[in-house]
Amino acid sequence: MERHFEHDLDELKQRLLWMGSLAERAVHQAVHAVLDAEEHLSETVLAEEDAINEMQIEIDERVQRLLALNQPMAADLRLLLAVSRINGDLERIGDQAVNIAQSAMRILRHPQVKPYVDLPRMSELAEAMVRDSLNALVRGDQDLAQSVLRRDDQVDKLRDQLFRELLTYMMEDSAQVFAAFELILVAKNLERIGDHATNIAEDVIYFVAGRDVRHPALDRR
Amino acid sequence: MDSVSGVPQPALSVKPFRDPVHMEKTTTQPTEQSIRLEIADLNFFYGPKQAVFGLNLKIPTHKVTALIGPSGCGKSTFLRTLNRMNETIRNTRVEGKVLLDGQEIHQMDVVGLRRRVGMVFQRPNPFPKSIYENVAYGLRVNGFKGRLDELVEKSLRRAALWEEVKDVLKRSAFALSGGQQQRLCIARALAVDPEVLLLDEPCSALDPVTTAKIEELMFQLKDSCTMAIVTHNMQQAARASDFTAFMLDGKLIEHSVTSKLFTTPTDPRTEAYITGRFG
Repeated sequence: MERHFEHDLDELKQRLLWMGSLAERAVHQAVHAVLDAEEHLSETVLAEEDAINEMQIEIDERVQRLLALNQPMAADLRLLLAVSRINGDLERIGDQAVNIAQSAMRILRHPQVKPYVDLPRMSELAEAMVRDSLNALVRGDQDLAQSVLRRDDQVDKLRDQLFRELLTYMMEDSAQVFAAFELILVAKNLERIGDHATNIAEDVIYFVAGRDVRHPALDRR
Repeated sequence: MDSVSGVPQPALSVKPFRDPVHMEKTTTQPTEQSIRLEIADLNFFYGPKQAVFGLNLKIPTHKVTALIGPSGCGKSTFLRTLNRMNETIRNTRVEGKVLLDGQEIHQMDVVGLRRRVGMVFQRPNPFPKSIYENVAYGLRVNGFKGRLDELVEKSLRRAALWEEVKDVLKRSAFALSGGQQQRLCIARALAVDPEVLLLDEPCSALDPVTTAKIEELMFQLKDSCTMAIVTHNMQQAARASDFTAFMLDGKLIEHSVTSKLFTTPTDPRTEAYITGRFG
């Protein structure tokens, strides 16, 4: 017999996934506003930010209610703690998408600095990290969560690469400083999105295996 | 002199920050030197039926150990073996070792053992006597010759009952509420200054406010007493105990620090039981 509580936990996961898909879409649209020079995509991201914020409050309320009324233990408790933390990370991903969308609007007022090669790769990587971390949660898949952790370095490397490249453009032609600087901000925001996906993956490992893999250098005897 | 452009610079403090609230890290198992009761290969039989199977457990000094598990899993039977209370039931048999401070309890005088290992039951069972006499009774039986009044007051204070009954000590114990009766039974058990207190579902007949009082009392008693509590209420085990043992079908399945057992249990059967997905 399925218990009412389990049904509520499933529903909570579904709502978190929906929030995740809103955040992921916002990132995709914001980056494509830059890549495809489509300013209306930026406007969409700004208009849809409230939906993500509303989801954050809804999920928090659901977690509070489930904790207060069911006093969960073991895996149920770990799931609720993980969802509560992931909720915060998804909301921040929504904020990073808004930052990118605003940068996009400023970038589009200037001629394109350079052909976009690393930026779409970085965006694909970061979006896939968010998607896979949430899939890992739903499937209880520790290996998938671990693979997200491993990918964070690639995103960081692309950010450094982009930064160096854009710096040379800025030094060569001061007229490009403004747009190049905004592109650096976009890269910085994508790198932060990768960090949030990493946080989500760490929370998934905590939920699935009960292991806290944050800050591995710390002594946790 | 350290200086930048000739201006003397104040030395930077290199003192490390100290955590003002230093928290000791807890281990997941009781340490060797602090064991009050050690149970080894314990088997218990009601006639031909075995109720406890090869149980090994260490109960650490000045800590609360909770025993949880579904009805009929043998946790109350096990608790009663710790002060040989099962011997009052006919046709029962016990095998294995129970060491109290290293001494085998089956070789001790049973009255002396029960003075050292007190017990509180599910339903408060005060004697049909006054509040005072309920506490004094155990002392008299044990031949206590000192100042009885002082010890009765001390025991009632330790059981957090003194303030409520100090003016009605001659009144019948049955005039007290259920929660007060249970604390009176605890005061009665404490009067002979036991080293171990066994509590068999002490709050199952009490309301939440009274339950909270008993749990607070257990917390305070830890300074002077080692406790083992059988409870069906997992929130109570989580709140009130330092270590938790999960039993199933007469066997010990898992024993660890309470916070570990209720957040990251090792055995899937423990997980299933504490999350209510049992069976």
